[in-house]
Amino acid sequence: MAEAKKEMTLELKEGLKAEFEKEWRKQLRKSIPLKERMKIPRQKMPERSAEERVKDFHEVNLGLDEALAREEAKRCLDCVNPQCVLGCPVGIDIPTFIKLIEIGDFPQSIRKLKEKNALPGICGRVCPQETQCEEVCNLKKATGVSVAIGNLERFASDYERTQSKIYIPSLPPSTGKKVAVIGAGPAGLTVAGDLAIKGHRVTIFEALHVAGGVLVYGIPEFRLPKGILESEVDYLKKLGVEFKMNFVVGMTATLDDLRAEGYEAFFIGTGAGLPNFMHIPGENLVGVYSANEYLTRVNLMRAYEFPEYDTPVLRARKAAVIGGGNVAMDSVRTAKRLGAEKATIVYRRSRVEMPARVEEVKHAEEEGIEFHFLTTPIRFIGDERGRVCAMECLRMELGEPDSSGRRRPVPIEGSEFIMEVDMVVVAIGQSPNPLIPRTTPELKVGKWGNIEVNWETMATSREGVYAGGDIVRGGATVILAMGDGRIAANEIDKYLKNK
Amino acid sequence: MAKVLKRERLVPNIHLLEVEAPEIALKCRPGQFLILMPDERGERIPLTISDWDKEKGSITLVFLVVGTSTHKLSRLKENDEIPVVVGPLGKPSEIDKFGTVLCAGGCFGIASIYPLVRALKEAGNRVITLVDVKARYLLYWEERLKKFSDRFLVSSRDSYFNCKEFIPQVLKEVLEEEKRVDRLISIGCTYLMFVCSETTRPLGIKTVVSLNPIMVDGTGMCGACRVTVGGKTRFACVDGPDFDGHQVEWDELFTRRKSYFEDEIQSLLNWEKKCYP
Repeated sequence: MAEAKKEMTLELKEGLKAEFEKEWRKQLRKSIPLKERMKIPRQKMPERSAEERVKDFHEVNLGLDEALAREEAKRCLDCVNPQCVLGCPVGIDIPTFIKLIEIGDFPQSIRKLKEKNALPGICGRVCPQETQCEEVCNLKKATGVSVAIGNLERFASDYERTQSKIYIPSLPPSTGKKVAVIGAGPAGLTVAGDLAIKGHRVTIFEALHVAGGVLVYGIPEFRLPKGILESEVDYLKKLGVEFKMNFVVGMTATLDDLRAEGYEAFFIGTGAGLPNFMHIPGENLVGVYSANEYLTRVNLMRAYEFPEYDTPVLRARKAAVIGGGNVAMDSVRTAKRLGAEKATIVYRRSRVEMPARVEEVKHAEEEGIEFHFLTTPIRFIGDERGRVCAMECLRMELGEPDSSGRRRPVPIEGSEFIMEVDMVVVAIGQSPNPLIPRTTPELKVGKWGNIEVNWETMATSREGVYAGGDIVRGGATVILAMGDGRIAANEIDKYLKNK
Repeated sequence: MAKVLKRERLVPNIHLLEVEAPEIALKCRPGQFLILMPDERGERIPLTISDWDKEKGSITLVFLVVGTSTHKLSRLKENDEIPVVVGPLGKPSEIDKFGTVLCAGGCFGIASIYPLVRALKEAGNRVITLVDVKARYLLYWEERLKKFSDRFLVSSRDSYFNCKEFIPQVLKEVLEEEKRVDRLISIGCTYLMFVCSETTRPLGIKTVVSLNPIMVDGTGMCGACRVTVGGKTRFACVDGPDFDGHQVEWDELFTRRKSYFEDEIQSLLNWEKKCYP
């Protein structure tokens, strides 16, 4: 889909250079020889034991303390040409924020982060750093182990939230221009934050009763505590962003209704829509969930506290989750926490093709999650009450690479076998939400219902209307959605200034 | 937060709730629904819109008291606030000049069908309204419905109505009496919609039902509300709630609606313990 931008913009390059050449940075580089820095081992993220954490929904990782964070920060070589910045979809000045941690100036460090990222506490926890900034880290090239950039980002954000006052940047005078951001997920929150800082009047319209989108209904408490999200949403409110909850654009009012009310620019970040299913027999049996439903019940509606909260969720003994992404990991670990004796991942390819973050797979394994690779269900079997009680699976082997470059799984004939289950969660992705395309004339959509954009600007086929995140990409990550939001916000700002 | 303007018991176990929702009142059309959450710890439940007032900026809902959420709603008072009222959701019902349309409702559906009866009459149809009640004291909104109906009939097991039948028998008779019925629309409990569909199936009369599966978000995200229609999985919240009654896989819908049967009882007992310690 989107072409990865490998070139640094001039503006970014100059910003980095200015920081790099500051006197304190020169001194700091001299203070410890590179060879010494390279000898420091990667500081281990303190985490709760698997036995303890599978019994509750509290966070797994505890976060680095000050000493660990400063030690980890020393590992950063402060390269002349920091590749990590290129690996970051929002272009954070990574060396500067890390070096500020090294010298113990945590408040300045978080300010540096927030210049480019309004949601550092979230990204520090849920970004797939190992395939982005950490993948291209020069230290990794030299020693095989990158700087723990994500853990440091999380540290800086947690420090601000717990140890000091939240820094609110001074805002320019209001431009008086009204911008409607549709959807309070990662893309929408980023756009809102960026435009508020530029003085525009931003209103976020959100269909659900809590802001956050996938961050609140999808990602579980044990990976992203709701308190972190609340404080980041609170920060946006302090920047003057208005939240209009329980408002479904396309239904409560159309985009054109909002234009008539004086909104001059729009960002559509309505995210993932209808969950995908496999279209195999028995998929509508009771006990077969989409990951969206399963996670929404547990996370947004807090079914894990049923009956103190009214929304129920099935408590499985033998749970199977179909898929190999982060959503699949979240679902299977949730099932374990809700008391499943056996919680299994069923994935049609092999371990190396799994798109989930390495850390989530590691945590899942520690928690006793079983993995069935090269396996795919072909039929769900119900009992006399219409509840799923087993599924028939087929073994696969890897054939030739497909369009994604991954080797295509091919069924092995005659390899059918039955797996006993009492709950199945299907986590194989979703199609874009249909409500806005359906009610917005002349908005161009692609074959899968995704909104089409110009990838340079995130502009849609309608003037003044931009889009990003899963409504455009189909199914991606939080940080890619935020990257789209960043580009769109810059373009919306330009658009409003020229208007 | 939405303010409660009125909450009253219409008949035993069926309540009317009028809430302030000016944006929804401007936008809603017959056949659409709202998602409500009765309090901060409540479930998100769908309720069909039974009426609206654009000037006053209000929406009227009528619901049957069944589980925890509807019990909570039934205890609301004027000026109370509900944390979530969102909508209008779902596709509006198809309104056109069809000819003769029979509108069949039961239970809360007696109110849910009212906007359809009104809109169909205004669109120039001959409208026959048939409502099913167990007994005379469960009938409500009779005058409202009569106002827009060319014929108004009741099926009931109450001798007062001079009728001892459930809706399909009466429906059959009406369909025989009327030379031509172009469409049947049915709203109410799943069983009522099922028997109406089965009655019209052999006659080949187009039958529209307003399905009521369990929902969570109601905006096309979670997939809880999937139903099989014409052999395909459809999402009632964005593809419906109206579907062709002759194409619906009713057994699956009955089963899926009972997914949380034990949990619902436990939840209600838990809530009652708190209310009546």
